[in-house]
Amino acid sequence: MAELVAEIRLARGAEFALEVELRCPPGVTCVMGPSGSGKSTILAVLAGLQLPDRGRVALGDAVWLDRAAGIDVPVHDRRLAYMFQGLALFPHLSGLHNVTYGMHHVERAARPAKAQALLDRLGVGHLARRRPRTFSGGEAQRVALARALARSPELVLLDEPFSALDRELRAQLIALVRELVGELGVPAVHVTHSVAEARLLADQVIRLEHGKIIDRGAADVVLRGVTSLEE
Amino acid sequence: MTWAPLFLSLEIATIAMVLSMIIGTGLALLLSWRKLPGRDFVDALVSAPLVLPPTVLGYYLFTAIGPNSWIGRAWEWLFGSRLVFNFKGAVIAATVGSLPLVVRSVRVGLDAVEPNLIAAARTLGARPRRVLVTVTLPLAGPGMIAGAMLGFARALGDYGMTQVVAGARIDGLGLVNTSPASIYTYDQFIGGHDDAARAMAIVTTIVGVTILYVANRMTRRLQRG
Repeated sequence: MAELVAEIRLARGAEFALEVELRCPPGVTCVMGPSGSGKSTILAVLAGLQLPDRGRVALGDAVWLDRAAGIDVPVHDRRLAYMFQGLALFPHLSGLHNVTYGMHHVERAARPAKAQALLDRLGVGHLARRRPRTFSGGEAQRVALARALARSPELVLLDEPFSALDRELRAQLIALVRELVGELGVPAVHVTHSVAEARLLADQVIRLEHGKIIDRGAADVVLRGVTSLEE
Repeated sequence: MTWAPLFLSLEIATIAMVLSMIIGTGLALLLSWRKLPGRDFVDALVSAPLVLPPTVLGYYLFTAIGPNSWIGRAWEWLFGSRLVFNFKGAVIAATVGSLPLVVRSVRVGLDAVEPNLIAAARTLGARPRRVLVTVTLPLAGPGMIAGAMLGFARALGDYGMTQVVAGARIDGLGLVNTSPASIYTYDQFIGGHDDAARAMAIVTTIVGVTILYVANRMTRRLQRG
C-alpha cells in the first residue's frame, strides 16, 4: 500500500515560513495546530491547488510534485478526495449529481447506481434528487463525504470538515470516515485543531506551530496530556 | 403608422444580444484572469462605449469597418457586400454598444462564484474546460442573464451609432427599407407626426421595461437556486 511522502517549503509573508516533512502511511494522519499554523496550506499543496516555493510530493512510486525536477501533476490528474471546510457541494446539482461528478473511472451508465448505493450506505439516499440548500448540516457532510470517496481515491484530504457539527453527529461521522478510509487502505490527512477529534480519528498525529512540526508520532503518545492547542 | 421599425429593432437587438454574449463572455473570462498583461487597459478599452458619445463611437466604428478600411475592403472582396449602411452595420453598432454592459454583468456573475467550488471541481478530476462548462458558467448564470438582458435593452435603444454606421433606412430580415424604432421615432417627431412618434415610443418602452422586469425575476429565481 502506498505511503505519502512530502516535503514542503513555502514562505508565507514576513511572519513565518511553512517548512514541513510528512510521511503518512495508510490510515489517518491528523495534522493539528492552532489557527494560521499552515494546516490547510499543506492540504492545498498536496492537492496541487497551491504551488510551494520548494518541495516534493510522492504517493508510493508516483511523484505528483518535484519542484527541483520540474514535475507538477495537474490537480485533475491526482486521484484524491478532498473534503473542504465549507464542504463546497455544487449548489446547482442534485445530491446524486454531486456524487457522480468525480466518477470518471466508472462507466457512465453505471455511475448513478453506484452513487446511489454510496448515498444509501451513508444514510442519505433520500437526498439523491434534492439540491444542497435543502440539506441539514449533517446531511451535507455525508453527501460531501460520499462525493469525495466516490472517486476511489489514492489519497484522502480532510480540511476540518466536521468543525460545524454538534458532538454526537461529529462522533458518528468520524466513525464513518475511519471505517471508509480503512476499507480504501489509503493515507488520509485530516487537518483539525480539535484534540477530541484527533483522539477519535487519528492513527498518527503531527503537531504544527508557526509552520514547523513540533511533535509527531502515534496518536495516543503525542496527545497524552494534551487538552487544547490554543495554549 | 407602421410597426416594421419595432420589428426591425427587435431583430437587430436579438442578434446583437447573441453576439455580445458570445464575445462578452469570452472577454469577461479573459479579464477575470489576474495575470492578463495590460488587464486594466483592456478593461478600460472594453468599457469605453459606456462613456463615449454614441456618435464618436459610430465614427470610430465607421472608420474601422467602412468601405475605405482594410476590414471593409476585405469583407467586400470576400462576400461582395459592405459592412456599413445596411442591416449588418446596425447589428455591429448595437453589439459594440451593448458589449461593455454584457462584460460587466458577466464579470459580476463570475466573481460571485465561490473559489472553493472551482477548487472542488478540480479535485474531483475535472479539467479546466469541464470546470468552466459545468460549474463556473452555470453558477455565473444570474450575471449572464442580467448581461444578456441589459445588452438587449441597450441594443434596442441605440440611436447615434446606428445612425452613423447603418444609416436611416435599411433592409432587415424580411423587412424592406425601414428604420429602427429609435430613428423612426425621432423622424416622426421632427416631421410633426406626434401620434406615430408617441405610439412607437410607448410600445418600445413597454417592450424594454418588460424585458428588464422578466430578467430581474429570472435572475432572482436563479440566485435562490
